[in-house]
Amino acid sequence: MLDDKDRIFRNLYGLDDWTLKGARRRGAWEGTKAIIDKGRDWIINEMKASGLRGRGGAGFPTGLKWSFMPKDNADGRPSYLVVNADESEPGTCKDREIMRHDPHTLVEGCLLAGCAMGAHTGYIYVRGEFIRERERLQAAIDQAYEAKLIGKDNVHGYPFDLYVAHGAGAYICGEETALLESLEGKKGQPRLKPPFPANVGLFGCPTTVNNVESIAVAPDILRRGAAWFSSIGRANNVGTKLYGISGHVNAPCVVEDAMGIPFRELIEKHAGGIRGGWDNLLAIIPGGASCPLIPAADCQELIMDFDGTRAVKSSFGTAGVIVMDKSTDVVAAIARISYFFKHESCGQCTPCREGTGWMWRVLDRMVHGRAHKREIDMLLEVTKQVEGHTICALGDAAAWPIQGLIRAFRPEIERRIDDFSRKATLDDQGVLDPAHMQAAE
Amino acid sequence: MSVRRLAPKELQPESFAFTADNLAWAQKEITKYPPGRQFSAVIAIMWRAQEQCGGWLPEAAIRTVADMLQMPHIRALEVATFYTMFQLNPVGKKAHVQVCGTTPCRLRGAGELIEVCKNRIHHDPFHLSADGDFSWEEVECAGACVNAPMVQIWKDVYEDLTPETLNKVLDGFAAGNPPQPGPQNGRQHAAPITGPTTLLSGGINVSPVNANGPSLTDEEAKRSGAAANVQERPAPKPPAADSSGKNTP
Repeated sequence: MLDDKDRIFRNLYGLDDWTLKGARRRGAWEGTKAIIDKGRDWIINEMKASGLRGRGGAGFPTGLKWSFMPKDNADGRPSYLVVNADESEPGTCKDREIMRHDPHTLVEGCLLAGCAMGAHTGYIYVRGEFIRERERLQAAIDQAYEAKLIGKDNVHGYPFDLYVAHGAGAYICGEETALLESLEGKKGQPRLKPPFPANVGLFGCPTTVNNVESIAVAPDILRRGAAWFSSIGRANNVGTKLYGISGHVNAPCVVEDAMGIPFRELIEKHAGGIRGGWDNLLAIIPGGASCPLIPAADCQELIMDFDGTRAVKSSFGTAGVIVMDKSTDVVAAIARISYFFKHESCGQCTPCREGTGWMWRVLDRMVHGRAHKREIDMLLEVTKQVEGHTICALGDAAAWPIQGLIRAFRPEIERRIDDFSRKATLDDQGVLDPAHMQAAE
Repeated sequence: MSVRRLAPKELQPESFAFTADNLAWAQKEITKYPPGRQFSAVIAIMWRAQEQCGGWLPEAAIRTVADMLQMPHIRALEVATFYTMFQLNPVGKKAHVQVCGTTPCRLRGAGELIEVCKNRIHHDPFHLSADGDFSWEEVECAGACVNAPMVQIWKDVYEDLTPETLNKVLDGFAAGNPPQPGPQNGRQHAAPITGPTTLLSGGINVSPVNANGPSLTDEEAKRSGAAANVQERPAPKPPAADSSGKNTP
């Protein structure tokens, strides 16, 4: 287990003071000027050397992302830093703890990231539901302005303004270009890429969008050195990570631990074990609702990092683990996720707008077994047609949980269909008579 | 996607005007963005309008905000209908209960909370209760998955609920005396209910918050690398009559 002295978020549970005074006692804003004086190239190289991969789900190397920003703003367009605090995926609730209990790690991270990419303005886009968190973050920013840590004329010698903006309940605004649209006061519908935000982003200017956690860990990495951060975890999957463990465990929690912690250790050390014991585990969703589920058999040896979850055909996402024990109706659980994506589809691309609803309706029938067995393959085929054929990744995100379900639990779906057709006396739902089947429109 | 329409004509107020405080606040909000980019403030200002209107957004307010930002009305209407936190119909005066119904909350009993709302408020979401004080809806993930199940009422979230504690929370709102927000079962925010498993041994600059005793109990052997203040041998127990109580768990 990670040693306490290696933890970055030392007030994760709000037991200590969140204000500037408390944050300073925990080491925030220590030697920030010395880091900024080393220059943006040094910061970017150090971030690259640390091996930090973005914490928002995709796992793109953060240092590399920062280096895409133009070196000089010769055409007169300013650069912007945008922090994605639109954390809305079921299972993920880690950034909330940073914003309400350790906001200064984020504020300091914004200054350093802004310096590294030549941005003098930063926007933190907080999801609309996080009202108290937004107030707390604003209070922290006000404290930093007052202490002249940020602002036009601050003690660090790098002018930097930081603002809090917010959404109003759209999951899609967690997609970076949808977030930029929303920040511009429009509907949150993703943009086609290219051009990428690093070239044409917010207000048509170069922009980098980063997750809260990626930004908030930057000050500690730069203070303690890239070598420290990269010594934690496995190669290519380094550092510490906030894990959120929800669902059927005895003690759900958010906890910071090393990347590459075995899943079983994570659950048993921090979350009090699976409800009813390890053998009662049915499946997990490792990183927020969009990741395919992992059946219990694969969880025994599962390593919690990008490569470990990929080895079992899932993805690490944001490390918000949803645990399901054997009492779970797994088809209903995935059908509910399907409904979530149907509800949150922005409506821009047809495969996603129509497909998410279609997939949810079929899956909803399968919960009760009210379907044909060949519809399982049809459903699988439709998920493949949605996946990769939309502007943003929401189509993919809607498809993956269903693909994971069919991969791992096809016998369960078939059993339900058998059960239903055995009990059904008449094809009032069109189930026994394919000719009149009310399929899947 | 969900279909969202404005409230019918008979529910719409004639006009809307910001209070002086809110107007000043809105002007300040616009200055967050570069000149000519005042559209960016639309969500924040519309949200303030919704708060002023008692939790829902009448058409007059949408049009007022659009005029204020010099944007075409249709653009403001697009925003109001796209973002689901804008309530286009009147909500309960005392509480609009937003129950999270996505999978992590479902796994821990959000279905029972919805039953409570159905029985207590109205059978259908977005309908006012008989006295007009309450309404409810099922929302898509309110972002407190480790504290599931939960509801959000106005600005605050009430977490780790059971049907009983939800009823207590609603009783509080009915009496005009809302309970303390946060976990309703006594846990510390997102920490495990059994007490934090990390940040116990006083990492660098951590204040010695150690409400749950040392990371090892006296019965366990010291592990290699354990903090120096952890004893290798069990601490001597006080006599049975000792009233100091220091070693009681």
